[in-house]
Formats: sequence, structure tokens, C-alpha cells
Amino acid sequence: MKLITAIIKPHQVEVVRAALEEFGISGLTVSEARGYGRQKGHSEVYRGAEYTVDFVPKARIEVLVEDGEDYRIVDAIVAAARTGRIGDGKVWVTSVDEVVRVRTGERGEAAV
Amino acid sequence: METALDTGTTAWMLISASLVLLMTPALSLFYGGMVRTKSVLNMMMMSFGALGVVGVIYVLWGYSMSYGSTDILGVFASPFDHFALHGLLADAGGEWVINSLGYPEAVNVAFQATFAIITVALISGAIADRARFGTWLVFSALWVTLAYFPLAHMVWGGGLLSADGPIAKIATPIDFAGGTVVHINAGMAGLVLALIVGTRVGFGKVAMRPHNLPLVMLGAGLLWFGWFGFNAGSALAADGNAGLAWINTLVATSAGILGWLVTERIRSGHATSLGAASGIVAGLVAVTPAAGSISPLGAILLGLVAGGLCAVAVEWKFRLGYDDSLDVVGVHLVAGLWGTIAIGFLATGSGLFYGHGGAQLLAQVLAAAIALAFTAVITTVIGLALKYTMGWRISEEDERLGIDQIAHAESAYDISGTSGLIVGASDPSMIPVAPTPAGHPTLATTTAISTAANSTAADTPADPTREESRA
Repeated sequence: MKLITAIIKPHQVEVVRAALEEFGISGLTVSEARGYGRQKGHSEVYRGAEYTVDFVPKARIEVLVEDGEDYRIVDAIVAAARTGRIGDGKVWVTSVDEVVRVRTGERGEAAV
Repeated sequence: METALDTGTTAWMLISASLVLLMTPALSLFYGGMVRTKSVLNMMMMSFGALGVVGVIYVLWGYSMSYGSTDILGVFASPFDHFALHGLLADAGGEWVINSLGYPEAVNVAFQATFAIITVALISGAIADRARFGTWLVFSALWVTLAYFPLAHMVWGGGLLSADGPIAKIATPIDFAGGTVVHINAGMAGLVLALIVGTRVGFGKVAMRPHNLPLVMLGAGLLWFGWFGFNAGSALAADGNAGLAWINTLVATSAGILGWLVTERIRSGHATSLGAASGIVAGLVAVTPAAGSISPLGAILLGLVAGGLCAVAVEWKFRLGYDDSLDVVGVHLVAGLWGTIAIGFLATGSGLFYGHGGAQLLAQVLAAAIALAFTAVITTVIGLALKYTMGWRISEEDERLGIDQIAHAESAYDISGTSGLIVGASDPSMIPVAPTPAGHPTLATTTAISTAANSTAADTPADPTREESRA
């Protein structure tokens, strides 16, 4: 089993969710995040004092998938999240040792 | 001095003016809560911008254009009669000018100015999230001058739609506190601007959910409070008619809540808080023109219908495809028209339901139609002129990112503690890690801004300890 984590622009979350739905992905987790990368931040001014806000709002999507499915899901996320501008984010895949569905106690791929 | 000063009325009118002024910040809360987190500041700033622009203009030429002595074609008065209130406040002998109703002209200017401000601010809800702030400010100045002041003159300043105008031969149109001047005017302007400015990116596809409903409810509550000055103050006296207007402003609004909640409970299953807040405004708008001429029972009927009607009308924009973002059309135009026309039925002294025939109804329909057409034409001209000169829209990318950052360089909410560094604070020695017994850490920070403004904090890696020290 694999865990796909994607850090993307917040306004692309719905697009990604819709794309994954077509792949039969039945569940994912989204959290609000802030990040610092090549996009850098922007500056804000409060009563003449200028601040650089280095951490920009991002959304983190986490999806558990069965082994072998991860590459096409990653491709789907990348295609849906891309705007072509700096700050589109990153997607990575990690191996998962065990997954348990809390309600039923199912383990492994059955719980994904 | 022709009329003696009535101190009771003067006190009440001063209070009313202050109450009506509060409605504009209240509206900014009401509207601000309804937009998304990334555009709440811009939404509120459109109201505050109107406070700035219209407040100044009203004193310069607004009052003169609305209520000055030289009538021009029954459409507006000369802006030069009382430019900057010249000759209006005190007479040649230095005595305060008291109007025929027993309160100073100065107090009248104050009261009327607050109406002009809120009317302009109302329009902003139709073009939320996407309009350039500079264009909005210029629009505010042009629109209040070319649409609001003339309509105020026509209805309240002795013009075409007043007791001195041609419609008065049928019956004098009744607009107690601004059904035509304020709500039909702002509502129609909102529709025209929504069409000219165009839809937001993702309109009808992406959910554009209100980001803070408690803010909306606070705003609606404060609007109601201020509206007692708007309606009861429009009696222009501290008398029984003011009391009637107050009661009608209570019950029509209460009924507006119920009308909206019942309608949405039947149509979509739930009585919502946004529905209650919207029902308040629908009831208030409908009773505005009618408050002084209908019975409390009539006001209940008026408010109930207004709540139900507007709850349905706010859905039209999705079917017809105009992005009236915060329902200026669905609430202000629809309830404004309903309130204005319903007077023809409900006015106790001249309405159809009280056996007085259809003359009042005809006068109301004519006044509403003229106001509607007038503001549609004027707003179209101003809106298109600005579209092809200054431009209305921020870029699509900026709109996705959020207009607050682009237009104002601010964030409304900072709850995650990642609020950045002061520009110029890149030299670590400038940032106090902990307050030293002898030093003043805030002074050190201030120095950092003024001496090293050219360097940027982006050169340095983000360091959590420094984040904490700044916070």
C-alpha cells in the first residue's frame, strides 16, 4: 500500500478531488497547510510597516492507494493540480506498512 | 428666523443621523461575512471606501444637488447653490438656519448624507471579489452624483416624483424613507454592474460559501438597529408618526425573518441562519418606503411577503447567469419594488385595501418604473465608461489568489502564527531574541524598518526562533 501526499494550491483542491473521483478513489483527507518554497511569499503592509509573509497558504491532500495504482493516481493529481505557474506544489509517494479500517477492523488492502 | 427651534426633534434627528451612519459599517460586516476568506477585507473596504468618497462629496455638492434652491427640469438642483454648504448653515446675521420642521439645516445635512453613503455601499455586494478598488471609488463618486442626488431631488427635493411633480396629479407617490431613492436605485445599479463587470471565476461551478456567518448575523442585527434611525428618523420629527414608523420597522422585519425561514424550510428543508439574516434585510427594505403610511398589521403582511419573495428571488441569478454575488438584486431591488408598490394597497390613507381606489397604486407603479429606468440608464453609462477606461476586473489569476492580497496587501485572518518577518529585519542582530533588562525591544524593531528597508527577509531561511521572538 502507498500513501500519496500532495501539497497544492488551495483553489485546485476541488479540481483534484473531481479528477480522483473518476479513478474510483473513494476517500481522501485534505488539510490546510502553509508552505515555503520556490514561490516565496508576498509582502503586506500594516500602518506603513512592511511584512514579508514567507509561508503561503497551501492544501495538503493525502490518499491511500493499493500497490501498483500509485503512479496513475499521481499522474491524475499532477494533471489536475497544474496551473503552470510557480507554486503549483509537489506530490510524493511513501510506502505504508499497515492500514486498519477503524469501524470493521479490516486490515491491509481491504482497508484502503 | 421663521421657525422656532424644536429641541426634541433636533435631538432625535441627530441621533437618527448617527444611527444611519452605523448602517454602513454594519453592512460591511453583513457583506464581509458572506464572501470567502480571501476577499473579506476588499468587501468591507468597498463600504468604507463609500464612507470616504460619499461623505466628502455630500458636503461639497451632494446636498446642494439634492435640495438646493435652483431646480433644473425637476431632475436635480444646482450643485453651486450651496457648494460646501455655503450659506446653508447660518444666515447673514450669524444665526443658525432652522428649517420649517423646527431643526437646524445642519442637522438635516447630516441626516441626508448618511443615506447617500449607505446607498452607494449597498451596490458593492453585486460585484464582490473581483472589482478593482480604484474603479469602485471613482464609480462611487460618479454614481452618487449622477444617479443618487438626482433621484433624491426627484422624490424628496421637490422634483418630478414629489408632490410638486406631474405624477402628483394622479396621487403623490409615497416614499417614506427610500424605497425608490435607496433600494430600487441601488438594486438596479447592482444588476447593471453585475452584468457589466461579469461573473466571478468559477461562478455557478465552484461553491462560494459564506466564510463567517456569525459576522453576517452581527451585521444584520446592527443594520436593523441603525434602520430605526433610517425609518423612524424619516418622520423628520420626534412624534407619533416616528413611533408608528418604529413599530412598523420592528414588525415588518420580524415578519421578514419568518417569511424567509418558512419559505426555505419548505423549498430546501432547513431554516438557516443566513436565511434569518437575509429575511431581516428583506423586511427592512420592504418597510422602508411604507413605514409612515401603513398600519402595523399591514407591516406584518408586507414583511411576510417580502421575506418569502426574496427567498425565491435570490435563486434567479443562477438560472439567468448574472453574478449578483451577495443578492443586491434579489433582496434590495425585489423588496424595494414590493414595498414601493404595496403602498398602493396598504396605505391606510390612500390604499386600495382601505377603499381609496387605485390612484395611489398607479402613482407607486409609475414612480418605481421611472426610478428603475433612470438608474438603469445612468448606471449603464457610468459602468461602461469605466469598463473601457479604468477597467473593472482584476486579473483571473489574482482573483483565484484572492483580491485582499492584490488590492490591499493584507490578510484578514492570521491564526496559524506564520505571519512573516518585517522587511529589513534580515540582520539577526536587529531582532531581539528576548527583552534585555536595559533595552527596549520594540525600538530595535522600529529601527530595523527605517534603516534597512532595501534588504528583504526573503534572503534568509525561515527560522522558527525568530518567528517567536517577533510574535
